[in-house]
Order: sequence, then structure tokens, then C-alpha cells
Amino acid sequence: MVDEKILSAHNLTREEYDYIVKLIGRQINLTELGIFSVMWSEHCGYKSSKIYLKKLPAKGKYLIQGPGENAGVLDIGDGLALVFKIESHNHPSYIEPYQGAATGVGGILRDIFTMGARPVAVLDSLRFGPLDNPKNRSIMDGVVSGISGYGNSFGVPTVGGEVYFHESYSQNPLVNVCCLGLAERDKLFYARAEGAGNAVIYAGAKTGRDGIHGATMASAEFGEDTEQKRPNVQVGDPFKEKLLLEACLEAMSKNLIIGIQDMGAAGLTCSTTEMAAKAGTGMEINLDLVPQREAGMNPYEIMLSESQERMLIVAEPDKVKPLQEIFNKWDLEAVVIGKVTEGGRLRAYFRGEPVIDIPVNAVVNLCPAYRRPVRVPEFQKKVRTLKIPEIPSDLDKTFIKLLSSPTIADKEWIFRQYDHMVQDNTMVLPGADSAVLRLKGLKKGIAVTLDGNSVYAFLNPKLGAKIAVAESCRNLACSGALPAGVTNCLNFSNPEKPEVMWQFKQVVEGIAEACREFHIPVTGGNVSFYNETEGKSIYPTPVLGVVGLIEDTSTVPSAGFLAAGETIILLGRNKEELGGSEYLRFIFNVEKGQPPALDFNLEKRVQECCRQAIRQELASTAHDLSEGGLAVALAECSFRSPKKIGFEVRLKDDIRTDALLFGESQSRIILTVKEKDTRRLLALARKLKVPARVIGRTGGRKMVIWHRKKKAIECGIEEGYAAWKKAIPDYFKI
Amino acid sequence: MKFGVVVFPGSNCDYDAFHVLQNVMSQEAVFLWHKDTDLKNVDCVVLPGGFSYGDYLRSGAIARFSPIMLEIKKFAHSGGLVLGICNGFQILLEAGLLPGAMLRNKKLKFLCQHVYIRIENNRTAFTKAGKKGQVLKIPIAHFDGNYYAQPELLAELENKKQIIFRYCDEKGRITEDANVNGSMHNIAGLINNDGNVLGMMPHPERASERILGSEDGRIIFQSMINYLEKKAGPEKKKRLPVTRAKASALPPLIGTF
Repeated sequence: MVDEKILSAHNLTREEYDYIVKLIGRQINLTELGIFSVMWSEHCGYKSSKIYLKKLPAKGKYLIQGPGENAGVLDIGDGLALVFKIESHNHPSYIEPYQGAATGVGGILRDIFTMGARPVAVLDSLRFGPLDNPKNRSIMDGVVSGISGYGNSFGVPTVGGEVYFHESYSQNPLVNVCCLGLAERDKLFYARAEGAGNAVIYAGAKTGRDGIHGATMASAEFGEDTEQKRPNVQVGDPFKEKLLLEACLEAMSKNLIIGIQDMGAAGLTCSTTEMAAKAGTGMEINLDLVPQREAGMNPYEIMLSESQERMLIVAEPDKVKPLQEIFNKWDLEAVVIGKVTEGGRLRAYFRGEPVIDIPVNAVVNLCPAYRRPVRVPEFQKKVRTLKIPEIPSDLDKTFIKLLSSPTIADKEWIFRQYDHMVQDNTMVLPGADSAVLRLKGLKKGIAVTLDGNSVYAFLNPKLGAKIAVAESCRNLACSGALPAGVTNCLNFSNPEKPEVMWQFKQVVEGIAEACREFHIPVTGGNVSFYNETEGKSIYPTPVLGVVGLIEDTSTVPSAGFLAAGETIILLGRNKEELGGSEYLRFIFNVEKGQPPALDFNLEKRVQECCRQAIRQELASTAHDLSEGGLAVALAECSFRSPKKIGFEVRLKDDIRTDALLFGESQSRIILTVKEKDTRRLLALARKLKVPARVIGRTGGRKMVIWHRKKKAIECGIEEGYAAWKKAIPDYFKI
Repeated sequence: MKFGVVVFPGSNCDYDAFHVLQNVMSQEAVFLWHKDTDLKNVDCVVLPGGFSYGDYLRSGAIARFSPIMLEIKKFAHSGGLVLGICNGFQILLEAGLLPGAMLRNKKLKFLCQHVYIRIENNRTAFTKAGKKGQVLKIPIAHFDGNYYAQPELLAELENKKQIIFRYCDEKGRITEDANVNGSMHNIAGLINNDGNVLGMMPHPERASERILGSEDGRIIFQSMINYLEKKAGPEKKKRLPVTRAKASALPPLIGTF
């Protein structure tokens, strides 16, 4: 009999257990309980989020595959498909930063190549607590090394992403990894165990005791005993993954595979039941045949292990031998462990005895969906009232200080540990608004970006989510790309708290609305709940990954000023909006007010204007305005300029000077154009009904901003550059 | 001319080198599988970058035992042209085709960035298309690129002008700051005594197209092509019609050849 202690160890409620017994028609054994426990965990079963995720739009011009597969797929023309997805690996990365982050990369890579695509780029969204805390430094160092260690060895470029620092992540770092892959449009593979009688093949690394109950671990908050959960974290071997990639792609190219799924969260359990459920079939497997790294593993451990670098493949019986030859060539094992059956049951045998006999549909599709209670958090009212502090007397000093905020500061210390150039496609190096990849032999290219501001989402979850989508699309527009599809990673605290559930609901509604506005489908993603340690929650953190297409990569503008004497043009409007700004947070430690307003119509026109300016080869530089506002955006253009060219800008807006300099009003982009093209650009903006004006010129060795005939900022490039460049490495001096 | 790019398990710049040789430099390029012993009659062998055997044990330490390495040694000893890039350089060191060893980078971090290197000796098969003292902008991407050699060996390498590239600043000055990985004498690339085997940590195949930010790497490939064409004589040059394949967004399967 299953007692409360066992149920609680498996994160199942008594009601859920009774429901399982009703579905199966008998008491279940411990192995079966383990299977339900992981598959019905929040991580795999999406039980708190399912009813809301349905609201996300899943239609779009380029869409081939929406949610429900290992990754989303877009048709990008020329017979090519773009496969992409984002996943979180937050909990493991807190417990064991290096392996947690490394296997986060490994997991998402397999999601991509299991569909027949070669991974071509990785991006990471990382959140850490403030770096003056040594524990946070050690987590960040481990996470960055883990991503570097896995991605570099595997041979996928880590081309971009974002890094934010905030107290709410002090014991809850977030590691969200997004991967893009390329496949032939007509050679995609799905996780379906079609055809009774076909062989079920286990390929790749052996199974060990690592990662047992990883998915369940990721579905509960952490207490003081977190360190003891270390054995739950998997250990990665990027070399083996690279071999697995080549072997899988080769077997796919020779049409030896019917269906395939990687063994990620919930390992053999998830791959067997999901593949069978999707095809309406069943499976019979012999656990004694599963290659094992350790002696004496029991059925429970074999089924729940999350050992890395493994694949489950379904193939016709006469294809088994050629398939094994390919895997052997790559020094990998591929072992037949069972067969596809009719009748929709998963049956497993161990030492001749039946140990599992359950209907796959119940495991995969009948996990309860909860409409958990929602309640507006108390603090929502309090944070609305913002008393803006006095404008600092020394704005130069404030500007320099803001540039040294780790969230704004240069991230080179991080991204130069990643091989961001392997595969020879990276056109725009990390640090720009979006990463840009050329496609060899084609004129067109791909742009991709990750974005999400959690202070905005904390102050106003729905608006924060909309801004995340809008800003991602704006980032793409700055490289001339039209958004084509979205993947999202929703990081939240405990969904059993009504306030958290309210935040979640608001965020999903915001994303849905914004994606409809931009006509882009959400092709999948990941929800990570229970990001809470010892009662401290993270801010609601939606991370949006948006991919876009560039018609002609030769027009992609620079992220920094290219020449002196160019005209600087501002698209959009400056408004007096300081709520939720990095300026208030970092300079005054104030997180109040409302995030900047968002007008989708204006936003879309600004983006279109930017794209057209780029296509007509008018823009030398394009940069979107975000954290730190206009002053920081201009400074970044100087710092990313190969010759560190300065600027002089004159503004007359009738708003507070600090709001003008550091406010984060949406729908703004700065462009630079050659003097002779200024009129053409302004005419283009007029035609598209986009507010646009010349605000200054590039040139000199200083950053100068005038406001109403007074110099608001005058600062040497080198001084600002040093503050921006050194802020992060200074924490890691050896 | 015909170039062979070796594929070890874990090589990951193999297709990059192949792509540049075939689609940018318009040469015939083939992959050479590490378990094979046939060099397919190539004029030059390229050991590409990556993490052969996961770089487990030591970078390049296991790859040197791959069957093809025996043939490559014979090829090198009979004067064949061999270029080792990054992990390829590390393998050449482990295989004893070049002297010295690699240590972890001085700050113990993987480094991926554009660097400047100076051509120290342009009278080689790998650098003749460049000028002595010319500064090239080429990226590096490695964890173990901190070149080490005993003082006597260093003196010999200097005397015999075997140091081909040194890390420098934009203006060609050899400084400690420019020496990002801590290599002795700022060594970025090294040639053997016979002048037919070059190892270099920077990746010329990542700097051979304008769209990627630099074309300086072509100087190395062009020098090799010029050398091989001259060596082959006009007849052989004519005999090898090169069909230039269109670059493909999806790489060919490197294991199937």
C-alpha cells in the first residue's frame, strides 16, 4: 500500500494517486508510481499551466510545427526548415552550476537534432543575484563555464542571449537555453512510435543512476537541504553528444529511422510513453537489455534515470543492422530493447518478470489540469505609486555609474568564453541587439534574440510580457529581420500560491496579445515553476525567443557607429516614463511605478520603418532603446564602434532631463545615416507615419547630450567605456 | 589542388575548413576519416579545429593514435604539406610533428575573440602571399593555446625562424597585453624544421569571407595553393579541373564518404 510518505516523496497528492488507481483499475507498484510521478510532475505534465498555454496563438505564415513536438519548426524557403526551442535548467544550475548549465545545453541540442536538424546556434538567457555576493559569483562562473564547456566541445556557436542581475535571483539563478537548427524541409523527424512490430532501439550513452527524479526536483521549491539534491543533477558528456548528433543525422539521411525522441527529463519513461501515445501504439521493452553503466540497477532506477546523451529510436526490423553499423562507426551503442505493439500499453520486463503494465495514454495525456486559484498580490497596489526622486546634481557621474550596472555593462567576459564563431556563419557577434547568421550559398539569413525584463513583469505582468515580445521584435528589426516565430520560457515561483498564478495568467495573456499583434506563432517552449528557495521567490520572468528572417544579409547594419559625421536619427517618441527603469533601480534602489506604455500601432510602424531603412541601405547603424534609455543606447553605439567614435546630440523635449536621458519609453530606435541620406530617411519615416527627427551627429572623442541649451552630459569615451567594460570582469579578477 | 580535411571524432571545424577550401578558394576538398589509412592522393592535409576525443586526457593526446595519423606522419616526412589549425595544432604537437606543448590559457578561461597576429617569416609555403611584418586579424577559440617550450628549444625556433606568427596589437607591436593566452614569445603559429608542417592556434577558415568580418585568413590558404601549384608544375595544374560546388546552408554528412 502506498502511504503518505511515499506519495510526498513523489510529489503526488492523495487525490492524484486515487485518480491513477481509477485509470489503471488496480493498485500500482513503485516503478509505475515513479513513472506517473515524473510524467505528472509540473515539469513534464504542465498541470498548472496547460489551460493557459492554450491561449497562445499557434498560427503563422511560416509555421510547419507548433507546440507538442520536441521543438517548433518554421519553413524558411529554399527547401529549408528552421527548428528552434527554449528550455530552462534553473534548478539543476543552482544545485550544481557547471553540470546544471552544461546539461541544459545538452538537452536542448538533442531536442533540435532529434527532429533531423543540425544545431546551428545557441543563445542563453541568464539571471543571477548581485555579484557582490560571492555565492552568486560562484554560481555565475560555474554556469558560464558549463555552457562554454558543453557548447564549445559539441561545436555549436553560442551567439547571443541576455544576462540580468537582480536580488530575486540570489538563490534562484535562471538558466534558459535556446537552440536553433537547420533541416531539410522534407526530412523532418517526429517522436512517433509508428508500426506495431517495429524495433525499439536504445542509442547513445549507458544508463546510470544520475538525474533520477530530476523532473520531480524541478517541480518543487527548495529548502535548506538543497545541497543534498546534488545526485539528482545529471552529468554531461559533450563529446558523446557530438557523436550522437553525427550518427543520428547519418541514420536519418539514409531513411533508417521511423521515429525518434531524446531521453531528457524523465528519460526512458518519457520517451517510451510519449512516442507510443503520439502514434496510438504501445511498447514492450526488456529492461535487462538497456545498456547500464552501474551494476545492480533496479527497474525504477532504469526507467527514471536522466543520464544524458541517449536517444530512443523506432526502426523497421530490417533497418536495425545498417543503423547499428552507423552507430558503431561513431563508437556508439545502439541496442534493440523491445518492439512497438498494438493496444496502447507500455509493458516492461526485468529478469523475466513483468514490472510495468500501464496504458500510455493515461500517463501522457490524462495528467490532471488544474485551474489553480488566482489573486492579485497585495504589493501590486503599493508599487503603483511612484515618487520620483530629485534629479541628481551630477548627471555625468550618474551616467557613468549606470554604465557600470552589471545588467547594462559589457558582457564580453561571459561571451568570449563561448565559441561564438564555429560553423562559420556568425555575422553579428554577441552583444548586439540580435544575433545574425548567414546561410551559406543563400542571400538570406536568420536573426534571433532573447528578451525579457522581469522588473517590468513584477510591476505589471501583462504589460511586461507585451514589452518583452515587442522589444524582441524590435531587436530583430534593428538587423532588418521580420519576426517569424516565437518560443518562450516562463519562469515563475510556486503556482500553488494564488498571487504567483495570477502573475502567470497575466503574462500568458500579455504574450498572446502581443504575438497576435505581430502575427507570429508561439511554437512551443517551457514553463519553469517553483523557482523559490527558502521562501524567497523570483520575479515573474518571461523570456521570449524570437527568430526572424533577413532577405539580404549584405544590408545588415552595424551595432556601433561606423563613421564620424553621420546623422543620428531617433525613431519614436521620448516620454516622461521612469517607472521600472534600470536608472531608478540601480541609482536609487527604487522599483516602483508602471513600466513604460506600449502602443502596438506605433511600435509596428517604427519597426517597419527601421526594416525599410535597412533594406534600402540607408542605415549604417541601428540600435534599439532599452535598459538605460537614450543615453545608454548612444553610448553603446560608441563602445561598439570599431574606432570608438563619439557623438553630440541636442534635445528639446519638454520632459525631465533624467527621464529624457535614462527613461525607457518603448518603440524607439536610433539610426545613423550618411549626411546625404538624411532627407531620404526622414521622408521614409513621414510616409510610414513614424515620428523621426535628427538629434545629432557622430564624431569626436566625447559623448555629449544637450537638453534645452544646457549640457546634460559631457563625458570622454574612454571614461565611460572603462566603466562599462570593467564592471563585470572586476568581480572575477584573479 | 586537392586538400584532405581529417575528421576525428569530436572535430567540429572540419566542415568550416572544407567550405573555405572548396567554396571560397575554389579547390578540390575531401574529408579523410580518422579510422582510414588512405590519404586519397591529396596534395595537402588539413587537421581542423574542434575537440577530438572530447579533448579528454589532454588536447590532441588521443587523436594522435588514430590510424590515419601514421599515414599523415609518413606524408609529412616525405615533404607533404600539413596544416594544423587549433586542435589540429595541438594534435601535431602531441604527435611529435611539431615541438613543444600547450598549457591552459593564462587566465584559465576559454577564449573566443578576434586577435591580431604578425607574420614573422613570409618565406614559407604557408605565408608567401603575405608580407613580413604584416598584421592579420584572425579569431582564436581555445582553452589550451598557451604555448610552452624549453629555453633551448625556444632559442632554436627563433634562430631557425620557425616562429611564423606572433600575437600582436593592431599596429603589429608584440606586447604582453596582446598575448591573450600567455604563450611564450607570443607564439601563435609554428613551422617544422623542413618547412612543410605548420600549426597555428588562430582559425584562418573563420577569417576568409568579408561577411564574417575579415578575409586575412585567405593569405594562408592562397600561399599554400600557390606553393602546391608551383610544385605540381603546369601539367598537373591543368589535369585537375575544379568543379566549384555551390555552398550549401546544410553541411554534407561528414561521416559518409
